[in-house]
Amino acid sequence: MSTFSIFQIAGSALMAQSQRMNVSASNLANSESAAGPDGQPYRAREVVFEVAPLPGSSEPVGGVRVARVIENQAPNRLMYDPSHPLADEGGYVSLPNVDVVAETVNMISASRSYQANVEVINTAKSLMARTLTLGQ
Amino acid sequence: MTDRIAEDLRFYQAAIQLRQQRQEVLAANIANADTPGYKARDIDFAASLREVLDGNAGLPPLVLQTTSARHISMQASAPRSAELAYRQPYQRSLDGNTVEMEAERMQFADNTQRYQADLTLISQRIKTMMAALQP
Repeated sequence: MSTFSIFQIAGSALMAQSQRMNVSASNLANSESAAGPDGQPYRAREVVFEVAPLPGSSEPVGGVRVARVIENQAPNRLMYDPSHPLADEGGYVSLPNVDVVAETVNMISASRSYQANVEVINTAKSLMARTLTLGQ
Repeated sequence: MTDRIAEDLRFYQAAIQLRQQRQEVLAANIANADTPGYKARDIDFAASLREVLDGNAGLPPLVLQTTSARHISMQASAPRSAELAYRQPYQRSLDGNTVEMEAERMQFADNTQRYQADLTLISQRIKTMMAALQP
C-alpha cells in the first residue's frame, strides 16, 4: 500500500463513473428509438458496480469496476399512434423503456461522484508533492 | 548514533504512515460510493497509533545478525497495516451501501489537514536537527 494506490483507487472510480455516464447518455439518446438493428425497441441499460480489490492486497479495500451492463427489464412504453409505420393492429407503438427523468438523475449522480474522485486525486497529488519536498 | 536519529523520528513516522493508510481507506470509500453492498471502512487512528508506539502492532522486528564484536547491532520493524473497522451509517440506503459522501469527504479533508500538519512537524524537526548538526 502506498500513496500511489490512491491514484489507482480513485482512477478506477473515474473510469467506472464515466462508463456509467456513457450508458446513461446512450439511454437518453435512444429514448425514442422505436426500432433497433434487430427490429425491437431499444432497451435501457444499467451498469452494475463491484469492488475491485487492489492486486496483492488481502484487505477488502480497493477501487471499483463495472461488473456488467444489464438490460432494464421494465416493460416497453406504449404510445397510441395509428399512423406510425411501426404501429401494431391496435394502433400502439412500442417505445424504449427509458425513464428520461431517472436517467437525468443518474447522470447528475455520476458526475458528482466523478467530481468527488477528481478531488481525491488532486488532494493525493498535492500531498505527495509535499511529502517529496520533506526536509528541504 | 544513527539509531538515535531514527528513534527521534519514530513517532512522526508512525503517525504519517497511519495517516497515509487512512487516506487510502477513505479514498476507497469515496470510490465505492455507488457500489451496491459496499461497507464503508475506517481506521481508529488513536488506537492504532498507540498500538504501533507500544510495539504491539506489526511483525516481530528483524535483527541484524552480527558475527563480529565490532559489528553494530540493529533492528528494523515492519508495521502491519492497521485494523479496519466498519463505519456505522447515519442513514441506511436500500442497496446496502453504507458510504455517506458528506461524512467521507469531511473525514478526507480532516485527514489531509492532519497529514500536512504532520509533514510540517517533521520538516521542523529535521530543520532543528540540521541546525544542531551545523559545525
